[in-house]
Amino acid sequence: MNMIVLEHYLLVGAILFCLGFFCVLTRRNAVAVLMGVELIFNAANLNFVAFARFGTLNIDGIMFAIFIIMLAAAEATVALAIVLNIYRQLDTVNLDEADLMKG
Amino acid sequence: MLLAIIFTIFAAITIISAGMVVFSQNIVYSAFSLLFTFFGIAGLYVLLAADFLAATQLLIYVGGILVLLLFGVMLTHKIHEVNLSNESMRLAPAAIVVLSFLGLLSIVVYRTQWPTVPVPELTPTTARIGTLFMTDYLLPFEIASLVLLTALVGAVFIARGRVKK
Repeated sequence: MNMIVLEHYLLVGAILFCLGFFCVLTRRNAVAVLMGVELIFNAANLNFVAFARFGTLNIDGIMFAIFIIMLAAAEATVALAIVLNIYRQLDTVNLDEADLMKG
Repeated sequence: MLLAIIFTIFAAITIISAGMVVFSQNIVYSAFSLLFTFFGIAGLYVLLAADFLAATQLLIYVGGILVLLLFGVMLTHKIHEVNLSNESMRLAPAAIVVLSFLGLLSIVVYRTQWPTVPVPELTPTTARIGTLFMTDYLLPFEIASLVLLTALVGAVFIARGRVKK
């Protein structure tokens, strides 16, 4: 009766992770890279919840996903603060131009 | 059958809008596509019987993180620049790495014998999550509140700039 099994959710998670990874690797804008990181967080969360439903992880998977969302919120706030500071110092948020620490 | 159709719709919303986040030339369009990605993921959570998590996803990601990212986009572009550029670089090597990784992941997903159990009945999870927060997960819960407080204070401290005396 139920044709949607664990593998389908894992595949959606894998595609989402790869898109986020591609975003992190190729974007020049620091805020766009942060969006890629959020996609990766969501892919991991989807896998946790899928294993909570179909596997033996049970409700612990949902608890893990809640803590991951909490950490993603903390990460986004601090990263945005750092990006704003870089913009104030260097007048750009392009990652390849912020190279003050390069020897 | 109905479940399969709904799953396909939500998965398509998620993946297509995630593709727009990654490939759009305008960063504001990327941010708004991210809204639909989060919405699609919340729908998938509902299909996975994680009702509380779906509500949390909408509240925190759409209401919090997405607004924060839009603030970041608006504050870090000179307002007179019409095109909010969103260039990409070194596309070819990144595409090779990511596509080979995607192939590896799909092989792993389909070759592995996952330890699955019969799918349990649909039950509301909110009460059980609340009980677990106050019992088994009490220490992580307290540490989480400390982490959030630290992130809040740290973000304000980093972003406020230099104080003139």
